[in-house]
Amino acid sequence: MASLDPSLKASEAASTAKEVKPRDWAKIGLITTAVLYLTLILFIPALNVFVQAFSKGIGPFLANLTEPAFQNAVKLTFIIAAIAVPVNTIFGLCAAWVIARKRFRGRALVISILDVPFSVSPVVAGLMIVLLYGRNGWFGPFLEAHDIKIIFALPGMVLATAFVTLPFVAREVIPVLEELGTDQEEAAQTLGANNWQIFWRVTLPSIRWGLLYGVLLTNARAMGEFGAISVVSGNIASKTQTLPLFVEESYKQYETESAYSAAVLLALLAVVTLVLKEILERKTRIKEVKEDT
Amino acid sequence: MLFLPTVALLLKASTEGPARFWSIATSPIALDAYRVTFSTALVTAFINGVFGLLIAWVLVRYEFPFKKIIDAAVDLPFALPTSVAGLTLATVYSENGWIGSLFAPLGIKLAFTQWGVAIAMLLISLPFVVRTVQPVLTDLEREIEEAAWCLGASKFQTFWRVLLPPIMPAALTGIALGFSRAVGEYGSVVVVSSNTPYKDLIAPVLVFQRLEQYDYSGATVIGAVLLGISLALLVLINLLQAWGRRYG
Repeated sequence: MASLDPSLKASEAASTAKEVKPRDWAKIGLITTAVLYLTLILFIPALNVFVQAFSKGIGPFLANLTEPAFQNAVKLTFIIAAIAVPVNTIFGLCAAWVIARKRFRGRALVISILDVPFSVSPVVAGLMIVLLYGRNGWFGPFLEAHDIKIIFALPGMVLATAFVTLPFVAREVIPVLEELGTDQEEAAQTLGANNWQIFWRVTLPSIRWGLLYGVLLTNARAMGEFGAISVVSGNIASKTQTLPLFVEESYKQYETESAYSAAVLLALLAVVTLVLKEILERKTRIKEVKEDT
Repeated sequence: MLFLPTVALLLKASTEGPARFWSIATSPIALDAYRVTFSTALVTAFINGVFGLLIAWVLVRYEFPFKKIIDAAVDLPFALPTSVAGLTLATVYSENGWIGSLFAPLGIKLAFTQWGVAIAMLLISLPFVVRTVQPVLTDLEREIEEAAWCLGASKFQTFWRVLLPPIMPAALTGIALGFSRAVGEYGSVVVVSSNTPYKDLIAPVLVFQRLEQYDYSGATVIGAVLLGISLALLVLINLLQAWGRRYG
C-alpha cells in the first residue's frame, strides 16, 4: 500500500473516497478473519499430520510402514471397505429408486429414518450392533449355538461400517433421480426395452456421477470410521484393528511416530477423496450448464 | 439393517423399567457428561454458525488467491478420519504444540481439558453451516442489496434486514446439523480430551466406558438417551429444511 504512486492514490481517493475505501477494508478484514479461523482450526492441524509423519525423515516413516501390526491394519481396512462399499452401493441404489419412483404410505418416515446413521453417535451405532449380535443380544444364543462369531470379529466390523455409511449413496442418487423424471424411462419402455435394459441403458448413465459421488463418500467414511468399529471390534492388535484404530492405539501407547505414519496415509486418502469430489462436482456442473443453454 | 438395530436398542432400554432407567439416566456422572456434551456442542455450533456464515460470504462474494483450494479444503473435516483429527489436535494444542505453546505461558491448557473437546467439535462440525449457506447466498440477487442501499439503508440495516432473513433457515439448519454431529462425536474427542468424569467426559465416551466395563444396562440407557436426542434433532432439522423450502 505504501509503495503506491502518490498521485494515483490521491486521484483514487478523490473519486471514490466515501464508497470504495471502507468497503475494501471490510473485504480484507472479512477475508483475513475467515482465513485465520480456518488456519487455526483446520489448516495447521492438517499440516501438522504431514510434518510430524516426516519429522525424522523418510527412513523411520518407511520402517513404520513395514510393521506387521500396521500392515494388518491396512489389510483389514481394505477388506472392510471392499465388502461394505459394494453392498451399500447396491442397497443405496435400490432404496433411492424406491423412494424417488414409488409413492407409498410412510415414505416421508422412511426418508427421515434413512438419516438416522448420520445423526446418531457412532458409539451408539456400535452399541446397537452389540445388542443385536453380542453374547447377550437378540441373535446371541442362535449365533453361539452355530459357532458364528460376529462381535469382536470381522463380520461385526463390516456390519458397523455398513450401518454408518448406509445413507450416502441413496442421499446422492435420490435428488438426481427426482430431477430426471420418468419421461426417458417411459419412452424406453414404449420402445420395447425390458426393465433390465432400461436400468442399464437409460437410468444408470444419467445418474452415474451422482452415484459415483455417493460411492466416494461411502468409501471415505468406511475407511475412516472409528467410533462404531471401536465398539464392536475389541481393538485386538493385528486381528481386529483397522487403520483409524491403529492410530489411536499407537498414540495411547506413546508410539506417536507410528500413529502419525498411519495418520498420514489416512490424511492422504482424505485429500484424494476431496480431489475426486471436486472433479465429480465439476462434471455435474458442466452438465447442468450445458442443459441450461 | 436400519430398523432392527434402532428397535433393539430402544426395546432393550425399556426392559430396564422406568425407575431404574431414570436412576441410571440421571446418575450424577451421566448428568455431568450431558452437561459437558451439550453445553460445549451448543456453544461450538453457534461459533461455527457465525464463522460459517462469514466463510460462506467470503467464498461467494470475494475473489482472492487460493480461493478454490480453500473452498475445497472446507470439506476436509468430512473426509478426514476422526481419530486422525483427534491425534493432530492433541499434538498441535498440547502444551508443547504449535498453538498450545502460545497459550501455556498464560496458564491456559487447551488439549486434555474441556477446551480440547470444544476445539475438536469446532473442527468436525465446521463444514455444515458453510455448505448449507453457500448455495442460498449464491442464489441471492445483488440487486436486492443495491435496492436497499438506494432506499437509504445503512450497511448494518442491509445485512440485518435484507440479507439475514433469507439465509436464516439455511444457517439454522447448518447449526442444527453441526450440533447434532458434535453431540455424537467420539473419535476426535476421545483422543484430545482426558476423559475425566466431571471435567471433560462426554456422553458418547461414557457409553463406551460403560461397555468396556461390561455394564450393558448402563451403556444401553445412556445410549438410548443419546439416540432419543438424535432423533429429536433429526425432526428439528427436517422442520428447518421444510421452512427453508417455503422461503425459497
